[in-house]
Amino acid sequence: MQKSKLGLDFEKVGYAKNIAKKIAGDVQSFVENYTTVAVERTLCRLLGIDGIDANAVPLPNVLVDSLKEKGVLGQGVIFYIGNAIVETGLNPQQIAEQVAEGKLDLTTLTIHPKEKIDAAIMPIVNASLDRIKSRRARRENYLKTIGEGSKPYLYVIVATGNIYEDVVQAQAAARQGADIIAVIRTTGQSLLDYVPYGATTEGFGGTYATQENFRIMRKALDEVGEEIGRYIRLCNYCSGLCMPEIAVMGAFEGLDVMLNDALYGILFRDINMQRTMVDQYFSRIINGYAGVIINTGEDNYLTTADAFDEAHTVLASDLINEQLAFIAGIPAEQMGLGHAFEMDPELENGFLYELAQAQMTREIFPDAPLKYMPPTKFMTGNVFRGHIQDALFNQIAIWTGQGLQLLGMMTEAIHTPFMSDRYLAIENAKYIFKNMKSIGDEVEYKENGIIRNRAKEVLNNAVELLEVLQNDGLFNALEQGKFAAVKRPKTGGKGLAGVVERGANYSNPFVDLMKQRK
Amino acid sequence: MSGGLYSMEARDFDTTLDLKKIKPYGDTMNDGKTQVSFTLPIPCGNEAIEAAKQLMKKMGFENPQVVFYKELTAGFTFFNCYGSCVHTVDFTTIHVPKVEATTWDMHQTDEYIKENIGRKLVVVGASTGTDAHTVGIDAIMNMKGYAGHYGLERYEGFEAYNLGSQVPNDEFIAKAIELKADALLVSQTVTQKDVHIQNLVELVEMLEAEGLRSKVILCCGGPRINHELAKELGYDAGFGMNSYADDVASFIAQEFVRRNKK
Repeated sequence: MQKSKLGLDFEKVGYAKNIAKKIAGDVQSFVENYTTVAVERTLCRLLGIDGIDANAVPLPNVLVDSLKEKGVLGQGVIFYIGNAIVETGLNPQQIAEQVAEGKLDLTTLTIHPKEKIDAAIMPIVNASLDRIKSRRARRENYLKTIGEGSKPYLYVIVATGNIYEDVVQAQAAARQGADIIAVIRTTGQSLLDYVPYGATTEGFGGTYATQENFRIMRKALDEVGEEIGRYIRLCNYCSGLCMPEIAVMGAFEGLDVMLNDALYGILFRDINMQRTMVDQYFSRIINGYAGVIINTGEDNYLTTADAFDEAHTVLASDLINEQLAFIAGIPAEQMGLGHAFEMDPELENGFLYELAQAQMTREIFPDAPLKYMPPTKFMTGNVFRGHIQDALFNQIAIWTGQGLQLLGMMTEAIHTPFMSDRYLAIENAKYIFKNMKSIGDEVEYKENGIIRNRAKEVLNNAVELLEVLQNDGLFNALEQGKFAAVKRPKTGGKGLAGVVERGANYSNPFVDLMKQRK
Repeated sequence: MSGGLYSMEARDFDTTLDLKKIKPYGDTMNDGKTQVSFTLPIPCGNEAIEAAKQLMKKMGFENPQVVFYKELTAGFTFFNCYGSCVHTVDFTTIHVPKVEATTWDMHQTDEYIKENIGRKLVVVGASTGTDAHTVGIDAIMNMKGYAGHYGLERYEGFEAYNLGSQVPNDEFIAKAIELKADALLVSQTVTQKDVHIQNLVELVEMLEAEGLRSKVILCCGGPRINHELAKELGYDAGFGMNSYADDVASFIAQEFVRRNKK
């Protein structure tokens, strides 16, 4: 039996996980009957289709849209491309190019028997899996040879809008001690129903996620990693309308960490919940297979809802995100479940409540590299106090053994980080992590004290919420605004038109092969 | 850095306060003491320190001191500096346009609306354009409010609709028409490359094209917005940092009464 420093009731934790599992199972029974334009575009990419047409439209979009316009997307691209290979002898890229040029209509070809289609498609599927496996092996080799920083990993963002400028900032941050570099995406990319192509130098508040940008940054981080003798992880965002597509691009280009929440897009980007649920499943399968650590976005709840009052919704969502991730074949070691240091600094004993929350989350998910987010909501133009808020946040992280520490910047709420802001943030964290290294092993929490009682209360409230969610179903709960006080209708939001029911010929061989780690 | 605990610097300047010539205050009137930090794109070394000092002088600082420096990465050096500012400002001639309203608390505003308007005012708010940040609009509109200031949703005098983030201007206007909005609130957080200005101007132009501009009280807010900028762009009021729902609510109520008195 696991020992709790908080006196947590692990039977109750087990009960909570069991309810969360049922909630996730309900969602999954919906997911398995549907596909989406994003999932089908992802399959195109897995089959090797890349590039753009004369109008700069990505070829996966061209091909998938051509099937959608004819109302046959439910049969899936694997069926149509496989059939076209048998019929024409062309490879998937050539097929997509011909579709783009209007020379080929996949829906009017003679339909070949399933065995022939399978025989044509499977070598391509296996080659694609090999490509991802070799990327994964490359990371593992780096970790074995040059090693990595110790946990909590120092996670910083770059956000210049220009990938080449991002490289300068990222390499500087790595030399200063950062372990993970996240390239913030440009504002609005989450709502694009395609992934832009090529290297980009223009973005607002961030840089476009493109496969070429991933490649440029991976190369830069490998260079600096070899120079400083420490593997530097690269993070991007599998969220929005292209969750699985970004996942496959990351898998091909060696990304290590992906924001990949099951509910975030629904709540904060008003993306349709059916679309998101189907997309998140396949994106997570790919991330699991590629060895990518996913990050969930519960911290965002606390930017709209109150961190003290709504702490249990964070835990409940972590529990559901965990179960949905298990269904997608992600091991606990790759689950960067999220939470945040967002209580009002004016709150008396706020530090104790944050400590209780962080320790509780640590004990409930013992194998997960928890992602801990810094104060943002109560950061002001007072950079001096802000630096102290970040210091308190860092103390809790080392105390409770968080996994991925997204470093707070004293200039949060003012501008995207200067090079010097990042330096000061890293210095702050390194100082505290070293100075307080073993405090978690030394200090225990008083029985019936504020910290233990708080943890117990949050767990109880989370269990109550999960019981309600189980009765109502997750979709209904989202409609009623149970998370982050945001209400989303099941048939509202963006991207619903991209959801289609699977037809008789539908197949996605990657799902099983990736989950079985073939 | 050799100053130690006690300042031994001669104070050969006039230490009386003159509002016509104010300058920064460290610990003595008119000492001009200022702290500055910046990064220069040069390698660390004595030449870098000298460059920082010369730059401080050009910025208008006497006795520049570099108290800390650190090479952040090859070719970039960070400095913490102090100096005495030589410039002054005439405080007596300063005029800053302000939102013309008295800020009341929630109950006062609710009472005022009840007595002077007799119905709820409809307020529609959003973070518009590509801006994904809801922090600002939520702070003003959500029930909970921010830092102890309740949001408009909690007011009896308002029917508040928070449309959230990334709302295109045309959708925002369509919703305003549908809900018969009395006031519109636009939040803009992302300001890189002045994207917020373009977006704010576009909204005004679209409202004018629809013949709606004069029919609604139009406010914008965000960390980089102030009232002067808002007026320039054609808004009735702008709310910057450190403004809360109280400020916005009081303004809308008072402005509505002012307009409808005529």
